[in-house]
Order: sequence, then C-alpha cells, then structure tokens
Amino acid sequence: MNILVCIKQVPDVSTLKADAATNALPIESAPNIVNTLDTYALETAVLLKDADAEIKVFALTMGPEAAKEALKSSLSVGADKAYRVSDVSLENSDTLATSYTLSRAVKTIEAREGLTFDLILCGKQTLDGDTAQVGAQLAEHLGYPQITAALEISTGDGKVRARRETGDGYEVLETALPAVVTISKTAYEPRYASVKTKMAANRAEIPVLTVEDLELDAARIGLTGSPTKIKSTYTPKRKTGGIKLEEEDGVIAAEKLAALLSDAGII
Amino acid sequence: MFFTEDHEYIRDLAREFAEKELAPVANDIDKNDEVPQRIYDLMAEMGFFGLKIPEAYGGQGLDVRSYVCVMEEICKKSIAASLIMSSANSLSTAPMLLAGTEEQKKKYIPGIASGEDFMAFGLTEPGAGSDAGSMTTKAVEDGDSYILNGRKCFITGAPFAKNTVVFAKTSPDKGSKGITSFIVDMSLPGVSVGKHEDKMGLRGVATSDIVLEDVRIPKSEILGEIDRGFITAMKTLSIGRIGVSCQGIGIAQGALDEAVKYIRERKQFGHRLADFQSLQFMIADMETKLNAARLLVYNAAYEMDNGNDVTKAASMAKLFATETALEIVSDALQMHGGYGYIKEYTIERLYRDARVLTIYEGTSQVQKMVISGLVIGK
Repeated sequence: MNILVCIKQVPDVSTLKADAATNALPIESAPNIVNTLDTYALETAVLLKDADAEIKVFALTMGPEAAKEALKSSLSVGADKAYRVSDVSLENSDTLATSYTLSRAVKTIEAREGLTFDLILCGKQTLDGDTAQVGAQLAEHLGYPQITAALEISTGDGKVRARRETGDGYEVLETALPAVVTISKTAYEPRYASVKTKMAANRAEIPVLTVEDLELDAARIGLTGSPTKIKSTYTPKRKTGGIKLEEEDGVIAAEKLAALLSDAGII
Repeated sequence: MFFTEDHEYIRDLAREFAEKELAPVANDIDKNDEVPQRIYDLMAEMGFFGLKIPEAYGGQGLDVRSYVCVMEEICKKSIAASLIMSSANSLSTAPMLLAGTEEQKKKYIPGIASGEDFMAFGLTEPGAGSDAGSMTTKAVEDGDSYILNGRKCFITGAPFAKNTVVFAKTSPDKGSKGITSFIVDMSLPGVSVGKHEDKMGLRGVATSDIVLEDVRIPKSEILGEIDRGFITAMKTLSIGRIGVSCQGIGIAQGALDEAVKYIRERKQFGHRLADFQSLQFMIADMETKLNAARLLVYNAAYEMDNGNDVTKAASMAKLFATETALEIVSDALQMHGGYGYIKEYTIERLYRDARVLTIYEGTSQVQKMVISGLVIGK
C-alpha cells in the first residue's frame, strides 16, 4: 500500500507577541513549522507503516524553496520520499487552485514512481488559512471518496475505516480505497526524529515539480485560477471588560452567573 | 566557525526535545528525585546515548561537536537529564574504547549505546577523591581470577548499573602505577550498593557507594593491562571534561534566560527591573562571560574532532565554563531577590544543580594543576 501525506509549511504564530498598539502579529518574523495537524496526519501514516513493512509513505507540499525544510522534517520522522511543487505561476493560489494543483501532482508522482496512492492523508485544516477546504477539494478533483476530521484510522480489505469527530460526538465511517482522509488532533503525538534520521533527511534529494511537469491548465492556477478574492484583511478588535468567574466548583459558578444575569435584568 | 549544517540540525532536534519534554518536568525531576522513564526512552530512541560511540558498537558514530550540541541544549533545561547520557558517551564507554579488547567492546558497549544497560564508573573512594592514586580497594590474583575488596563512593548510577568499571590496586606499593581496571558485574556475589546519597542538587539520578567484599572477577574482565588502570582513568576523565563543561554553559544559559524573563516582568520603584542600569550591566557581564566560556568549550571539541591533544584545552574549558556557571546562576538568583530563594522558582534549582560542576570529574583546583603543569612544565 502507498500513502501520500499532504503537508504545508506555516508560520508558527504561537511564538509571536501581538503588537501592543495595533494588536497585529508580526507574521513575517515567525519561524516556519509543519502545520500541526499535518504532523498528526504523517504520524498516522507512519504508524500504519510501522505495522506493515510493505507500506510506503510519501510527503507532498506546494511551496517555495523554504518549504523544503518541512519536507526534510517529514522525511526525518518516517516519510520514505518527498516531492515539492513549486512554480512562480502558482503564487497566490487559493484553496481551489491549490487543491487542483495537488491533484495533478498526485497523478504525476504516481506516473513517475510507477505506483498508485491508495490513501491520501491531509491535516484537517491549517494554522494559517484555517479553511479545512484543501483536503476535501483534493478528493473532489480526484473523484475519490473522503472522510474528514478523522481521529484514528485502520485499513484492510481495500478499505479505510475512520473514527471521526462530529459536533455531537463520534462516528465511524468506512469507504473503499483509494480515498482521501483528513486528520484531526489524534490521541497520539507525532514522534521525534533521531540524530540518524535527521541527518539522512538533511541529505535527501527532494524532487521539484513545476507547472510544466504537472501539465497544469494555466487558467486554473495562481491568482487567475483563484475565485477567492481578498477584499481586505484586518485584526479583530480585542474585546475588553467582561466578568470572569473562576470558581473551582461548577455549581457555585453557575449560581453566581445566574445571580449576575438576574441583577442585570437579563434573566 | 566550529559547526557544520549537520551540527545545527542535531542541535535543533535536541532543543525541540529539551523545550517540549524536559522543561515541563525539570522541576519535578528535582522534587521527586527521579527522571521519568519516558525521558530516557525518548533519549534512547533519538540516539543520544550512543551519540559519539562508534557505529561498530551500536552507536551513532558522531563527533564531539555533535555531542556538545546535544548536551548544551539538554542542560539548558535539566542537567539531571543529561547525566546518564554524558556518562554513556564518556565515563561508561571511554575506558573500554581506550583499553578494552575487541571482545569486551562488542559485549558491553552496544547495550550502553542503546540505553538498555548502564555502566557506572567506580574510581572515587571515601579517602581518595582528587588524590585518586591513594585508593585502597585491592585486587588480589587467585588462579584465573582476581578477588576485589574495598569501597567506592559517590558513584553515579550505581544502584541501577548493570556493570561498573572498578579501579583497584593490584600492586599496592606502586601507588598510582599499581592500579588496574576491572569490569564488575553488579549482580556478582559480594557486590552491594549503599543508600542513595541525599544530594543538594542534580537530584533525579541516584548516587551511592559500591561495596566489594571478596568479589571474584575472572581475568577476562580485566580492562587493559595490569597496573595500567590509572592512565585509563585519567584519559577517561580528560574526555569527560568536555561533557561537564557543556553542563556549565547549558545551565548558565538556562539561568540567564530565567533572569532576563524575570527582570522584564518584575517592577520596583515604578519601573521594570530591566530598566535599571545596575542590572543591565550585570546581564552584559553574564552574557559576555558565557560567550567566552562557550568558545572555550567549542574550541576544545573542535580540536578533539581534529585529533589534537586537548588535555589543556578541555581542562580550561571545564574550569572556566563551570566557574562561570556558578557566577551566572548566583547573579541570576540575586536578580530574583527573595523569590530566587523559594523553590517555586526554577533559579533556586539551577543554583543547587550548578554547584557540583566545579567539583565532579576533577575539581577546579585539579584543573588548575593540569593547566599549570602543562604551561610551566616539569
């Protein structure tokens, strides 16, 4: 079985302090990391590989030269091979253009490697875009079934079974392979690299795929191929004031809250 | 100047481990006097125990600078967690790599490199510290064996060690030229360990006496030549000095980080402490001394990687890095005022943890003997 894990390099905004005057985060100065949920997706794939030596895990990203670090990081924790899609004409792609590009990359890598990907894993969403659209759109472009927000998966008999989180609880879904599954925060943490795998990953050759290699339709990529138009961006105003109830006992907190609301004439 | 891209990658890996895994438990390690097994398991998986042990014996075969990168990052958060790792990479395995037979190396080193077995280093005795040559533990030949009697003290990891390299007098009238090293299986009849010492700092790794009463050691477990053990011990300690100097620069950086964090937040007389020039200048002194110490350590590691004799360089690195560490943890605690004296503040632990650095693996005074001896000559 072959598994492809789509990963994205994102700025680690958790390390930043908002500017006191504007509330804005200095994103440019943030260090780059692999999108957290993508690391869970990769760990999910590598756990399947640990249990079955026949499984090969590939990592794929679309991004500039710097995104190579995210792929090296993936190689150091269990991916067997990595590919990077990069081309100036892909800049400013929205989720639709990105997922179209990735779907072509899936086909191109399959042809180059002489294999088919049975399972494609993505993180449920990214820390920066936060749309949770790319995984779902990728499945549509490929015409594959999809399961989103999975917490754990298992494979067998040409199927994948996933326990996923919903607004009300959990549900278990099963579908035939090939399929796309997006991964939420799992119960297990991604593993660490070892000094050996880290050094090997640093020396790994990471092939780059261009628009030409992927035979992309120029009208469907980059800014031209992106129906999403950003009118403006702004930092939401920070809400001030309010009352915080910090009781150890929930019942006492509820009583205090009810009293406050009652005093205010709300209830 | 001293490091390659590979070194930086290894340092990144160690830093991530130290910040995510060690920082949250470092104070608990001290309080509970125990390093969680999970920490050792992770360090083993990441290859830290065998970092500079040759690949032929199950190690990673990396250079001294790689070891320095990992040690420094770990020691920024917890020297206790670095202790078994530094031991595995130097005191545990150096005697065997220096003097052991191929058979001994193959038998003992892979288990140490993988982190499964611990090998302690039994040199110090109640009456023989810096003056190691005055030890009284004796080994007497008896057929195809030697019979060992004596007591070793302050032995790191003795309570959980599978084996210990024990130094004993085989020719008592020849002083330090009559010492032989033996590999002692800790499960042999006559071997017992004393109670865990209740240490001031560096808590989390048990230290105790080893008592040897008529312990029969087969001649196949003699390490190196008869009466040549003292040279093995001294060479091993010379290698170990790099590790202790890393503990010095690591903990000093940890203390400096704590101080900076504190003075940026704490307000007195209507200003942050960081706004007072008296404290700003203290920070400048700390940072400058720490950088000087770091360069001595990096230089010694670099020279060692180039196959040069680093006896003096390693002694200078150990002397300066550990004395500097004591000054920096002390100044960092001073900046915390009364809070620095309270156990809830990390700096209190760092102050206690650092104190042993100028004492073990050769006191500062012994380092000065080594350095001055090489400068002045005989």
